[in-house]
Amino acid sequence: MTSSNTYDAIIIGGGHNGLVAGAYLARAGKKVVVLERRHIAGGAAVTEEIFPGYKFTEFSYVVSLLRPEIIRDLELPKHGLKILPLPSTFTPMENGDYLASWDDHDLTRRELYRHSPKDAEAYDEYARVMARAAKAIKPIINLIPPDPSSMSIRDLMGLLKVGQYAAGLSEKELYMVAKLATQSSADLLEEWFETDALKGTKAASGIIGTFLGPRSPGTAYVLLHHYMGEIDGAFRAWGFAKNGSGGVSGAIYNATQALGVEVRVNASVQQVKVKGGRAVGVILENGDELDSKVVMSAADPKRTFLQFVEQKHLPDDFVTSIQNFRTRGSSGKVNIALSKLPNFTALPYTGNGANSVLHRGAVSISPSIDYIERAYDDAKYGQISKRPYIDMIFPSMIDPDMAPPGHHVMSCFVQYAPYDLEGGWTDGRRDELGEAVIATIEQYAPNIRECIVGMQVISPKDIERIAGITGGNIFHGELLLHQIFFLRPTPQWADFRTPLKGYYFGASGAHPGGGVMGAPGMLAAKEILKDGF
Amino acid sequence: MLNLNLKTTPFHERTSALCQPQNWRKWAGYFVVGSYEHVLDREYWAIRNSAALIDVSPLIKYVIQGKDAAALLHRVTTRDIHKMKVGQVAYTGWCDEEGKLIDDGTVSRLEERTFRLTAAEPNLRWLTMNAVGMDVSITEVTDDVAALSFQGPNTRKVLNKVTEKPVDELKYFRLMTNKINGADVTISRTGYTGDLGYEIWMDAKDALKVWDALMEAGSDYGITPVGILAMDMARVEAGLFMLEVDYTSTTHAWIESQKSSPFELGLDWTVALDKPGYFVGRRALEKEKREGSAWKMVGLAVDWVGMEKLFGKVGLPPQIPGSAIRASLPVMVGNVQVGYASTSTWSPLLKTYIALAHLQKPYYEVGTDVRMEITVEHHRQHAPAKVVKLPFYEPEWKKK
Repeated sequence: MTSSNTYDAIIIGGGHNGLVAGAYLARAGKKVVVLERRHIAGGAAVTEEIFPGYKFTEFSYVVSLLRPEIIRDLELPKHGLKILPLPSTFTPMENGDYLASWDDHDLTRRELYRHSPKDAEAYDEYARVMARAAKAIKPIINLIPPDPSSMSIRDLMGLLKVGQYAAGLSEKELYMVAKLATQSSADLLEEWFETDALKGTKAASGIIGTFLGPRSPGTAYVLLHHYMGEIDGAFRAWGFAKNGSGGVSGAIYNATQALGVEVRVNASVQQVKVKGGRAVGVILENGDELDSKVVMSAADPKRTFLQFVEQKHLPDDFVTSIQNFRTRGSSGKVNIALSKLPNFTALPYTGNGANSVLHRGAVSISPSIDYIERAYDDAKYGQISKRPYIDMIFPSMIDPDMAPPGHHVMSCFVQYAPYDLEGGWTDGRRDELGEAVIATIEQYAPNIRECIVGMQVISPKDIERIAGITGGNIFHGELLLHQIFFLRPTPQWADFRTPLKGYYFGASGAHPGGGVMGAPGMLAAKEILKDGF
Repeated sequence: MLNLNLKTTPFHERTSALCQPQNWRKWAGYFVVGSYEHVLDREYWAIRNSAALIDVSPLIKYVIQGKDAAALLHRVTTRDIHKMKVGQVAYTGWCDEEGKLIDDGTVSRLEERTFRLTAAEPNLRWLTMNAVGMDVSITEVTDDVAALSFQGPNTRKVLNKVTEKPVDELKYFRLMTNKINGADVTISRTGYTGDLGYEIWMDAKDALKVWDALMEAGSDYGITPVGILAMDMARVEAGLFMLEVDYTSTTHAWIESQKSSPFELGLDWTVALDKPGYFVGRRALEKEKREGSAWKMVGLAVDWVGMEKLFGKVGLPPQIPGSAIRASLPVMVGNVQVGYASTSTWSPLLKTYIALAHLQKPYYEVGTDVRMEITVEHHRQHAPAKVVKLPFYEPEWKKK
């Protein structure tokens, strides 16, 4: 064994979490290698030129909760990170009208008032109540999840803290939190609002990344999850990263390079080496062996525990609960290169559309809760939604460098596209998904087909195949109540440690969950350092 | 008829049509747009990511012409003007006899014997006083010359689409004559944002022609009209100060301690003590150079975690305005005030609360831990902060 293959820490997976963890460990003076299976680092946060001149964030699209402390600690702005504003959401309606929400509160209220004076007023109160509930439970996100069944001092102290936050809530807030934890987003929204397009658009954010419909219990919590990002107001890091999500991993990658992390691409891990009940390195698929004091996986939970580690090293009940971890992919992505912007009949643009306000923000095809629930009905029985929920953005309108001058790119997040499609995914079925998206958009923007110069359709199977995420779930595991906080990925092992000594887990499938957030990677690295090695 | 309104700039017809929130600011007797949109985000990011078009016409401008034009500026400013080539631009301050700043601006050598000087405040009397016995004419041209600041990484691409001659070769702090849409312009590679950027100077009557050409050519490159509030955030990130906000002109100071020397503002590089002959303030500046400055303007980066703790005590997330704050905030070490911040701002790019601060010796050394005043729910608190090097942000393409 050459010393060049000996490290303090090996990180499996060069997605944004793996890179963040690597950077934090290197910052603490450790010799780190990050192993990436693909030819580029970035995982699901990569930007690639699928068609010459048109850049796409193939899998993910917006930066929702990238932690500002990571941005500061790793000096990401110096390494090229810019998070650009996505100032509006535009929901075209089936009757030809639209509902918009703007970055200015008064404008949004005025717009809502146009549809329902009652909703315009309720909106303010709803926002306040949700923000308070989010604020109340936000500190929990920053905690290392304690194990409620453990009697260790650390876990007891952790539980005490959670208890303190809960105790600090007013009675009203406590009820709200309890309701949010159990309700469906449809039930919650119907208590507040009457405008279908408003309810549909709000409900949509409660189903992203889950295999649930807006009428499924538990989806209200996901709405709350979204408000967490908004608490810090202007200080949040929400928006579209320059150069797409690849811009985020690119900046983190540059930071790892400045910190001396070795990032190996085309380095697929076959197995974690175990000696004396401890992870001591990895064996690559090409036969190379690497040694280290600790190993951290930034892959999804199933690969981390069922593929990289021989089952004999893990307790049976642990293996069972990982097997039961829900990772049903439910969404796809359609990336489109455009020669011009599609023109929405509800708010047509003039000229070349460069001044079209709606194209600077998100366009949401979510005219009502029923629309989304119907889309879910198809998926429940293994079908692609005939009329899917689509969350569209036009990255080139936010960052002009994403497409040739005058041309554009369009990113469509599509739900539902079930991983377990009846009859399985084939090229034909993939085309069917693309056609469902175009036909849906065409209802609102009839010239869409003549704008298209290239199109890439990504199914959950493709997400699994290319990004290596089991089940193709964008969060590495659904954000369900039984899969968050001290239950993520499994009870007793939510603190980034695993039953195998020296083996850690810091990816989207760990607390606090998915999205281009970086928190699991950062928190895991901090726990690794706490254990000392 | 008597008109007590502020003046409008030559771009007013366009800017007023675009200004959604009617957010107007007063600048040297003119109306200018504070922000075009209700929220500053897009305007700020146009400066940092695409192309920001900013009306800076109210800048006070003088044309200084004649055999002794260079001699006059050499005498008044701290730069070595005789070394300047035609087509060169120099940023400079100018001082009184005590070596304290009166104002600051740029000197452009348009021709061998013709210069343009920009200033924040009227300086005609001072310039005239210093020109006694010289063969030079000093003309204020503020109203005649319209000016656009065009800032951001895509500005070069946009300019190349509308200018008669490409601007690729135009170096940092150089200028060129050119034509846009048939109008004669001078374009200087200068700005107030610390990004790639240009300032375009034109006859007031050509203002709209140039504006329209830029807006059209820039539409595929993210061109965005930007008001002075977003520019104010960018200039703090760039470590650039502003008269009457970050320092007081000696002409306005009531007391001695309100005055600042160029050294105290970090302008050491603009004070050419090696230049030949007399210039105003020379002796005082030489003395200060020898003995060291009592004060220095530095950057402060406020520790966000420390702020979170202070706000957390009352159950709030950190709350600071989303735009630059022009208020004096005490800076402490222990229980002793060692200086003050004059402008502070949230930096959307750096995700950090930053400030330009004036600190006493020896606290102005980079790396010093200090605390800066913040207001937490009506109570004055002090957030931990660190002295950092200016500028806070300097992209590699600024000078390339």
